[in-house]
Amino acid sequence: MVSEVLDIAVRLVVIVVVFLALPLVVGQMEHKAMAHMQSRLGPMYAGRFHGWAQLIADGVKFVQKEDVIPAAADRRVFALAPAVALVPYLVVLVVIPVGPGLFGVDLDAGLFFVLAVMGVGVLGAIMAGWASANKYSMLGGMRAAAQLVSYELPLVLAASSVAMAAGTLSLNGIVEQWRWWWLPWQAIGGVVFFVAGLAELRRPPFDMPIAESEIIMGPMTEYTGLRFALFMLAEYAGIVVLSALTTVLFLGGWHGPLLPGPVWTLLKVLALAFVVIWVRVSYPRLREDQLQKLAWVGLVPLALLQLALTGVVKLAL
Amino acid sequence: MTSQVPDLWPPSAQEVVFLLLGVVALGSALLVVTTRQLVHAALWLVVCFGALAGGYLVLTAEFVAWVQVLIYVGAIVVLLLFGIMLTRAPIGRSAGLDSGNRVTAATVAVGTAAVLVTVVVQGFATAYTPLEPGGGAAATLGASIFRSWVLPFEALSVLLLAALIGAIVLSRTDIRPANPAADAGGPAAPTTPPHPPDPAPPPADGSGATAGETGSGRVSRDGG
Repeated sequence: MVSEVLDIAVRLVVIVVVFLALPLVVGQMEHKAMAHMQSRLGPMYAGRFHGWAQLIADGVKFVQKEDVIPAAADRRVFALAPAVALVPYLVVLVVIPVGPGLFGVDLDAGLFFVLAVMGVGVLGAIMAGWASANKYSMLGGMRAAAQLVSYELPLVLAASSVAMAAGTLSLNGIVEQWRWWWLPWQAIGGVVFFVAGLAELRRPPFDMPIAESEIIMGPMTEYTGLRFALFMLAEYAGIVVLSALTTVLFLGGWHGPLLPGPVWTLLKVLALAFVVIWVRVSYPRLREDQLQKLAWVGLVPLALLQLALTGVVKLAL
Repeated sequence: MTSQVPDLWPPSAQEVVFLLLGVVALGSALLVVTTRQLVHAALWLVVCFGALAGGYLVLTAEFVAWVQVLIYVGAIVVLLLFGIMLTRAPIGRSAGLDSGNRVTAATVAVGTAAVLVTVVVQGFATAYTPLEPGGGAAATLGASIFRSWVLPFEALSVLLLAALIGAIVLSRTDIRPANPAADAGGPAAPTTPPHPPDPAPPPADGSGATAGETGSGRVSRDGG
């Protein structure tokens, strides 16, 4: 009994630590990778060695800033929104398997749990957009809602293709079933899932809802200090969660030669996070109509094609 | 269903959690219809759906719980909020949210609730079924849907398909009746303003602070 409780406690502590550390690593990677892609150096001073402590310094700065709530805002919803945006990603990390037997909880319907909880995170952006009493925030919130509604479908369809292939909805079970030839077999689904996930995170090139050059920062326009930092943390935690999910569903999680399983998972997650940053630097922002067109004309048919392919191959086996 | 009725007192931990979730669901549902702030109603709906999903979880219907969150919170409420924001989403209290039918509606609601509660209590007051983990797992659920209940399932999918086609027909503006007479009558309805003229300006709300809040910063968003 005591060992059970201890086991759960250790798992939760590890997850919380990972949840706080990995987004910072990804954020620092974004600073440096983006800078070098743009022929800059990026942060160089904080922490003396290539600016490794830049994000910690940023965090200290955010804590010191004044917490401003606009007079016309809906105070309670305004205050609640950053938490609604952040907490779902923490909850999702609980079910992601890192190695054989290394996970917080193994849920029977883990895949649906993850998709459902990730959908709740977008409510935070909508709440922030509405409660800020700012027309730019409002526009951003509405764009976030429209984006979620259109990209949720290809996301779920692509994910269910893997579930069909594995014959289970448990994330742990899916990785256990995974074989190397799933890589070409589920390739279309993987791309669709990753792109739709990027759109759900509102990362560039799908950052129409926060487009800083036209609607300033969308739902986050009125946020300052710690609440703004929570939104930023939610964004990077979202990148970690999306990369981890793509790894688990499409890239075989801990499977890999030579190195131990958890190391493979971490490597794949960081490689995908790098792709997220790379895409941000490479592509211009999609316009609202292009966004919707990509979802409905591009991703949904591709996801359906993948579902059909999965079904045919599964029956032939 | 087993006939062996366990003692009602002391309640098990599951029963306590289930009751608490029920109270949350009921309370937030009441707030949805009584709150005077439009967007808050949609947000209370999220709490209500969340509590319902929790209820399913306690009853071991894991898959149904997550689908409930995915579809209702992730899609329906987001769509609802989107719709509200597109038309009218003032911050603060708005007057005129109460329908003239509210007495009738409340009567019908209380009546329906009374009938349902009576039926459930009469029919199942002594029926108990033990909860076993995994009873509502995806595999069990899929097996029962696609073996025992496949016909209702297919009938439902035809219904959804019909609704889908209906939505496409309604939203496509290039599908029009062929004769011009019907054409002249047809589009008259969409050209009227999307929401009826609002007779109540913000100060009609009465109480000073909230009415001032409604009126000051929100003119551009009200649109009415």
